Amino acid sequence: MHEMALTEGILLVLQDQAKAQNYKRVKTVWLEIGELSHVDPDAIRFCFEAVTRDTIADGAVLEIDRLPGMAWCHHCTQAVNISKLADPCPICDGYQLQVTNGQDMRIRELEVD
Amino acid sequence: MCTTCGCGQGETKINGGTVHTHEHGHTHKHGHTHEHGHSHAHASGLSQSRMVQIETDIMAKNDEYAHANRHYFNDRGILALNLVSSPGSGKTTLLTTTIDGLKNELDMTVIEGDQQTANDANRIRETGARAVQVNTGKGCHLDGHMIGHALETLAPKPASVVFIENVGNLVCPAGFDLGEAHKVAILSVTEGEDKPIKYPDMFHASDLMLLNKIDLLPYLNFDVEKCIEYARRVNPKIKVLQVSATSGEGMESWYQWLRATRQISLINQV
Repeated sequence: MHEMALTEGILLVLQDQAKAQNYKRVKTVWLEIGELSHVDPDAIRFCFEAVTRDTIADGAVLEIDRLPGMAWCHHCTQAVNISKLADPCPICDGYQLQVTNGQDMRIRELEVD
Repeated sequence: MCTTCGCGQGETKINGGTVHTHEHGHTHKHGHTHEHGHSHAHASGLSQSRMVQIETDIMAKNDEYAHANRHYFNDRGILALNLVSSPGSGKTTLLTTTIDGLKNELDMTVIEGDQQTANDANRIRETGARAVQVNTGKGCHLDGHMIGHALETLAPKPASVVFIENVGNLVCPAGFDLGEAHKVAILSVTEGEDKPIKYPDMFHASDLMLLNKIDLLPYLNFDVEKCIEYARRVNPKIKVLQVSATSGEGMESWYQWLRATRQISLINQV
């Protein structure tokens, strides 16, 4: 489960930022996870609780916003929404799709003390 | 946590030794006392909660290491390939056959990733090629940091080819850039033709799919055309080559791809 490694990475960012931004405790973390990224938000939630125990983010609330998946359909020559990588174009039902949005995973902002 | 390189992978071992020696003091003796009686109470009127915008990519740390590895490869004109597949697809046999087939014209080394054992690195060394074994412990994938350390030990020659054989896993390695020029997905015909749509992340991230063990096709109900169609659904640009590392069928086309891709690495050398 690579979500554990990713969540440890999130905690590292929170700890690094604590010095840079001068805070002692993280109360809320807002993540943006694209629908076409390679992580499962529920797995991130599960790992987050375990990884942050006894750290500056112990008990922090994790808010996850899903960013919609988008692709360029070379057949329809227009941008379309898809929610999975194996989805066809919703207009032409084809697969000549180039993913343009929805693969990102970012920590957007924090509420801190 | 190691501050030199952010190293916190306590279980990772390279050629059986620890990744490096900075004594990261993770004693982890916190006995989970949890006696904090909701200390939020102390803050009445004094709470200094504030918002901090950080806009940081979750993969940023890995990507920094991958970027450094990519520089390492580019500076030396080295072609690095990240071989990804399920366990048992025949990656190691594909590599030993490839090394035997091309050792008179290419200098090739291997970084082997497995949770445990040095069996695969030993199989590579039997061909005469140098190999470094990375054991990830419980880890399900190689990351950019592990490859950086493996390169310290491997020290590949300029203009050579480095094969990185990832942990057998069609899920987790998809998201971790190692600094390679290309991910190469290996799918054996004993696995079922719908793997590309069952595990789309991996086939989306790969530039080449090697359909392996094609010598077994007469004994299986594997629809090659369907499999290639599925792969192109998740990645219209993926190239597909059909090979058998044991019979040698199709291997020449894979060698040609390697030669051509290596030439591009040499041209791109900065």
